[in-house]
Amino acid sequence: MSNPQNNLDFDYRYGFAMPQNYTFKAKKGLNRRIVAEISALKNEPAWMTEFRLKSYDIFTRKTIPVWGADLSKIDFNDIYYYIKPTDKQVNSWADLPAEIKETYDRIGVPEAEKKFLAGVSAQYESEVVYESINRELDKQGVIFCDMDTAVRKFPDIVREYFGKLIPPPDNAFAALNSAVWSGGSFVYVPKGVTVTLPLQAYFRINDEKFGQFERTLIIAEEGSHIHYVEGCTAPIYTTDSLHAAVVEIIVKKGARVRYTTVQNWSKNVYNLVTKRARAEENAIMEWVDCNLGSQVTMKYPSVYLMGRGARGEVLSIAFAGRGQHQDAGAKMLHFAPNTSSRIVSKSIAKDGGRTSYRGLVQVMPGAKNSSVYVSCDALILDEASRSDTYPYMKIKENEVAVQHEATVEKLGEEKLFYLLSRGLKKSEAEGLLVNGFIAPVTKEIPMEYSIELNRLINLEMSGSVG
Amino acid sequence: MLSLNNLTVKVGNKEILKKISFEFAKGKIYAIMGPNGSGKSTLAYTLMGHPAYEVASGSLRLKNEDILSLPPEKRAEKGIFLSFQTPLSLSGVRINQLLQLALAGKKDPLTLRRTVQKYAKALKIKEELLTRSLNDGASGGEKKKMEVLQAAVLDKEIIIFDEVDTGVDIDALKTIAQFLDKTKGQKTYIIITHYQRILKYLKPDKVLVLADGKLRKVGDGKLAKLIEKKGYEDVINS
Repeated sequence: MSNPQNNLDFDYRYGFAMPQNYTFKAKKGLNRRIVAEISALKNEPAWMTEFRLKSYDIFTRKTIPVWGADLSKIDFNDIYYYIKPTDKQVNSWADLPAEIKETYDRIGVPEAEKKFLAGVSAQYESEVVYESINRELDKQGVIFCDMDTAVRKFPDIVREYFGKLIPPPDNAFAALNSAVWSGGSFVYVPKGVTVTLPLQAYFRINDEKFGQFERTLIIAEEGSHIHYVEGCTAPIYTTDSLHAAVVEIIVKKGARVRYTTVQNWSKNVYNLVTKRARAEENAIMEWVDCNLGSQVTMKYPSVYLMGRGARGEVLSIAFAGRGQHQDAGAKMLHFAPNTSSRIVSKSIAKDGGRTSYRGLVQVMPGAKNSSVYVSCDALILDEASRSDTYPYMKIKENEVAVQHEATVEKLGEEKLFYLLSRGLKKSEAEGLLVNGFIAPVTKEIPMEYSIELNRLINLEMSGSVG
Repeated sequence: MLSLNNLTVKVGNKEILKKISFEFAKGKIYAIMGPNGSGKSTLAYTLMGHPAYEVASGSLRLKNEDILSLPPEKRAEKGIFLSFQTPLSLSGVRINQLLQLALAGKKDPLTLRRTVQKYAKALKIKEELLTRSLNDGASGGEKKKMEVLQAAVLDKEIIIFDEVDTGVDIDALKTIAQFLDKTKGQKTYIIITHYQRILKYLKPDKVLVLADGKLRKVGDGKLAKLIEKKGYEDVINS
């Protein structure tokens, strides 16, 4: 193992933001030349350069959506679109530059946990610098690498699927991501292969005014099975940041994919993510989506149920505190017979925070014997907070079972009194009730994440998180 | 131990309890009886510190300390427990989670689990009730047993039972009463009830009769029997 020569003897400070040693720092703002430069720096094939430039042109013609959260304060000229933290990729944890390790330690990626992970792909700034692929994955023929590497090493497969499920014209932020994307994961699971442990990736933004545009593509071949987990935590900054990711997932016949997100961006981030999956015959796609952080989130994971018997599920949690707006939901599109979808959404608004459930369920003509289940519950903790529900249903087939439930409740004074009478402090009682409210979703996510989530909720309730 | 002096309580503008004075002594069993709407539950809530019940005048002292200004969680800390007439269902909250927080780390999770299991067995509570959401889908009797279980684990000095016998079948009632009987003498029990039947198993040292928000009569165990025979009106006016 070679001893890395770079940047190891810097003066460590106990601040949360680490000193940065970039080898390249782009200028703020965006134009065709910067897009071409990003592609050139990455040594990309011509087709990708073209794809980026075309996407940039589309982005310039797109309008920013006004039907959801307020996005008017995003200044697209005040954002860095690409930063490359180190020159080379590293293969083992030991080779990681110390400051990057420190950053991950602060997030709390435990040393011991690594043993249990099937692979770790840690994104620092906009490029994946650490990546460890378990031998077992290699043996099974599973590919798990960062998207940049995939473009170089597996061009045929990437070209076949990249930007097909979410083409650049889909929406302004998909177009923007397509133009300037960097990092993210590429996962390919061969036919019949089951990956038993969840694949995990840790993301964070670590530069002021730096936007992050990762791109993830997952292909699950026939009868394969995989669980992908992404979690992100970021330090608190004073100026706005933009996170606009794109995630595309292809779930082939009889395959099953679960994609779990625990999102805790700092409270100044605009988190505008497009997530879409295509489920073929008897395939199962499950999105588990937990949104705690960010200033504004707009995210509606969707499943296109294309094959007979396909099943889609979205389980989501949204928490909005002071100054936050979580506009989240799900989309289910039934194109084939015997398809089923289930949406369970739990949202919590506190200290003037705002949550919106925005969902679309569409059943196409001919999607007979399909079933739809939508349940959205909102919890409002005080008078200053707000919650809205926009559940759209377009059912164009008669032989369909549709079930829809929606509740809005306040944290009951009687329940609080009950717990206080047992000796719990008010913040403990609130934390317990809120965690109980989201339990149907948290019990579906890996334990270390649900513990972290419960802890974050308790911190929010005790008011010690700003 | 717990002394009420001219306690007057209002809900909104309405006076519910009027000038109640009484001293509950340590280690004794008290029964509070009275017709519907006489203020029995109000008294229970007031002792525990429910924010909707406003003490207009009078005093409430626990071991000579004024506790009127204390919030419910502080009163719990000082040694008061209230077993609810209608225990609430708490979705997604398991009894162990609640008790762990209530004990504030005084028992480690493993010891707590063993303690809970021990008392659950004594109270004939089904194992599955301990692992699901508290009181979710539980019968009336099961809910009341879960209240008694919490009272036992938290081990407070003064335990107020608000109709622990209502909606409970005879077997469950016997189990609860016999369970409580084991710790009598060490605890102060304040049993709010409509019926004599629980008092057959748990002999009260004193019976208090409330009517129209006033403490109308105080007697021994025989008073409960008399009420059963003659009704409240006759007993109060005699």
